[in-house]
Amino acid sequence: MIKLTNLSANYTTVRGTVTAVNNVNLEIPDGITLGIAGESGCGKTTLLKVIYGDIGFPLSIESGSVDYGLTDEYDELITTYNIQKHWFHRITYIPQGSMSSLNPVVRINAQFFDFIKSRSQRRRMLEEVREYVKGLGLPPEAIDAYPHQLSGGMRQRVMVAMASFLKPDLILADEPTTALDVVVQKGILLLLMDLQEQMKSTILFVSHDMGVHYQISHKMFIMYAAKGVEYGDSKNVFERPLHPYTRLLTESLPTIGDAHLRKGVAGRPPSLWEKLIGCRFADRCPYVTEYCRTDEPAFTEYRPGHFAACHYSERFL
Amino acid sequence: MITTVLKTEHLNKEYSLGSLFRRIKINALDDVNLEVKSEQPVIISLVGESGSGKTTLAKVLLRLLQPNSGDAVVYDRIIAGEGAVKKKAAFLKSVQPIFQNPFEAFSSYRPVDAYLQTTAMRVGKLTRSESVEVMTTALNAVGLKYADVRGKYPNQFSGGELQRVSVARALIPRPNMIIADEPVSMIDASMRMNVVNLFLSLKQEYQTSFLYITHDLATAYYISDYVAVMYRGCIVEFGAARDILTSPGHPYTRLLLDSIPTITMKWDRKGFASSDIETKEFRFQGCKFYNRCPLAQSICTEKRPAPVKKGDGREVYCYFA
Repeated sequence: MIKLTNLSANYTTVRGTVTAVNNVNLEIPDGITLGIAGESGCGKTTLLKVIYGDIGFPLSIESGSVDYGLTDEYDELITTYNIQKHWFHRITYIPQGSMSSLNPVVRINAQFFDFIKSRSQRRRMLEEVREYVKGLGLPPEAIDAYPHQLSGGMRQRVMVAMASFLKPDLILADEPTTALDVVVQKGILLLLMDLQEQMKSTILFVSHDMGVHYQISHKMFIMYAAKGVEYGDSKNVFERPLHPYTRLLTESLPTIGDAHLRKGVAGRPPSLWEKLIGCRFADRCPYVTEYCRTDEPAFTEYRPGHFAACHYSERFL
Repeated sequence: MITTVLKTEHLNKEYSLGSLFRRIKINALDDVNLEVKSEQPVIISLVGESGSGKTTLAKVLLRLLQPNSGDAVVYDRIIAGEGAVKKKAAFLKSVQPIFQNPFEAFSSYRPVDAYLQTTAMRVGKLTRSESVEVMTTALNAVGLKYADVRGKYPNQFSGGELQRVSVARALIPRPNMIIADEPVSMIDASMRMNVVNLFLSLKQEYQTSFLYITHDLATAYYISDYVAVMYRGCIVEFGAARDILTSPGHPYTRLLLDSIPTITMKWDRKGFASSDIETKEFRFQGCKFYNRCPLAQSICTEKRPAPVKKGDGREVYCYFA
């Protein structure tokens, strides 16, 4: 189980510090796909970065901790400060743009083994990799190609292959399908679902597309303006959401076969530079009261395993 | 009065790929024939995967690219290809663009209202003081106030607001048609519908038609009157939007519809094939989709299917539709 306790992370800039992840509490069971949703700038990617342990200036952890529930070969607990040693082996990362994350002047096979030093070991592993990518729907020759010779979908498959080849415990995927077309996207998502079932790894999947989350995620975590607003099983979050923001997110999307007028959410998220008092969604919330503007709602468990940060979640129960 | 809102005749555009010695030619637009006649303004959606020629068609209509052959008509005026109107002012009043990423469309070193002013002064031939009034009306139409926009730089807006400003800019010359190339794909879900609804209201109030280019079939269904589905430079299905997106006639349209991640139904996870031979498919002699098509037979590999007119007015480019 991965446990985030009171996790806050800051960016230091010339204008001062801005808290991009604010007081996030989360318990993620092993072997599931957790979907993280929210608008751009709400801290999704920063949260992933902190969990990945990729912390360096200007990003810093202000308070709280990440407990991975993993131990290394000497039985020592893995923490944010030594997880870097386990990158690629125990914890891997699929970045957003497959186009820009592969080195354009180095063949794929060379990039696959960046982390392996000995030549003989590399040769042995190359054969395994060829077998492995075949299972992911890539031609084995793709391994010998340069990135520009492959299509966007194939490159993203290569990224998935790199992230899953060593059977890590935790895969972090940051909008892995955003730049892809729907048909290619479906291929990648089905692949991730199959891999997750085979390897029993935990996948943290960031996307702003609620439809994608409905297909792939077992649990959902919704973020708004650096804070968690809802967390629970996908089924509950989609069918019986407890936070008005989640409700608006799922209801505002048009579906084919249903042409009645949909409204977007008016306004925009608050700027994190300002001192924020009360509920951060208050300005855009249809149910807002004076109480919301002064008192911040706590992240409370309303149903078993279903949390929300809203004063009036009971009305949705 | 019935006008030809959009008509393209045998529109072709060729790109060359590869090195100097191993040059291959692909048809990014391959004999594109579309015709929409209507009394009322309409919203036409152009859907398809990336590399299907959607943006190339938009660029040809905006005269950013010269077609190899064929021509395009917008509101009874030939705007691209042979015999196109020479006068720039007439052209700019026919079509106006909105681009995908509003933060790239506006320079971050220039206040956004300067773009509106330039458009009003150059295209509308207005003086500086007259243009303020035009800008105010245009901004009001998209739900913004001139006072809130004046002197502000792009980083002071959210994506949705900035996209509204670019819609306002496109409205200033009062164009017949606005060509919107993926206008909402960079905007957050909670604000996306605001922009999409804006198109619907502008269609009524400003009598502007839209060519809405997207890969998001759900919003295409929501706003459009007509939809054209493109695949590797060819139109594969064209007709009334609601008909096509609820009962697709072409197997490719069906594949697209099955691939949308919806929040109402989980996917069937069996039997899914994606294509990795994109450039080869562009050069197929027959139907470009036969490689992935569940209905494919030998005739599909030999000759490109001609459009089949259906009872509801749609055209399907398939032998077995």
